[in-house]
Amino acid sequence: MKVLDLVQDGSFKVLNEGNNLEREIRAPYCCDLLSVAMGRMPADSAWVTVMGNINTLAVATLADAACIILAEGSHLDDPALNKAKQQEITVFETELPIFEAAFIVYQKLHA
Amino acid sequence: MSNTIHMSYEVPANDFTRAGEASSSLKSSLKKMGVNPEIVRKVAIAMYEGEINMVIHATGGKIDVVISPEEIEMVLKDQGPGIADIELAMQAGYSTAPDNIRNLGFGAGMGLPNMKKYSDEFNIESTVGVGTTVTMKVKM
Ligand SMILES: Nc1ncnc2c1ncn2[C@@H]1O[C@H](COP(=O)(O)OP(=O)(O)OP(=O)(O)O)[C@@H](O)[C@H]1O
Ligand SMILES: [Mg+2]
Repeated sequence: MKVLDLVQDGSFKVLNEGNNLEREIRAPYCCDLLSVAMGRMPADSAWVTVMGNINTLAVATLADAACIILAEGSHLDDPALNKAKQQEITVFETELPIFEAAFIVYQKLHA
Repeated sequence: MSNTIHMSYEVPANDFTRAGEASSSLKSSLKKMGVNPEIVRKVAIAMYEGEINMVIHATGGKIDVVISPEEIEMVLKDQGPGIADIELAMQAGYSTAPDNIRNLGFGAGMGLPNMKKYSDEFNIESTVGVGTTVTMKVKM
């Protein structure tokens, strides 16, 4: 499944469309502690988190996440939204709990 | 003095909107040079953890990077408060990060362990009241 498939599918609200829509998503990954995510998130993950600040975007970029899914109704703050636009990172939002959001990605990958 | 490239970055104090810029900038330079993506990822992770520590725990600092055909060396130097017990600081889960920093997602106490894990050589020197210097090497 590509990032583009997730953009088109409508499961999550698209907050920012990045420049990496052709990228293959390998797995969902859930964690809110930045340095745990940094150390353990596999490359090409769909990263599901409630942390919507600028550091989330830095970690996503540096650890090679495919996209960010903000769950539990959390949002990007303004500096983070600007950074997402500037760095062209794909970010989704959803009211769903973290587990359910990640499970949707998992089901699509294993359909 | 042959094929080495030197780069240096100033890390501003207390500026979370810019924290990570040095690591991002090094990452894109390495990508452009055609360095293996796995090596780029190791360097980016190790350097980010060090960069963010300089912002959170010290008062910013300076990062010098030397890229040679054999390895990438990063030297991160700050004039912050220093670390009294390095062995303790290196333990997974140990953190002195205050609540306002934890609310941003930091403070798991995994930064220094990540730096050690993702670098091939890791050295930290610190003097209380003087500052901290971390040297990391990632082999090509
Ligand atoms: N440059 C530094 N100057 C002074 N103290 C430091 C420095 N780097 C780390 N420390 C000390 O070592 C501790 C452990 O650092 P580490 O990066 O592992 O965890 P953290 O920064 O607290 O949390 P995390 O990195 O998981 O978000 C810090 O809480 C701090 O007390
Ligand atoms: Mg840290």
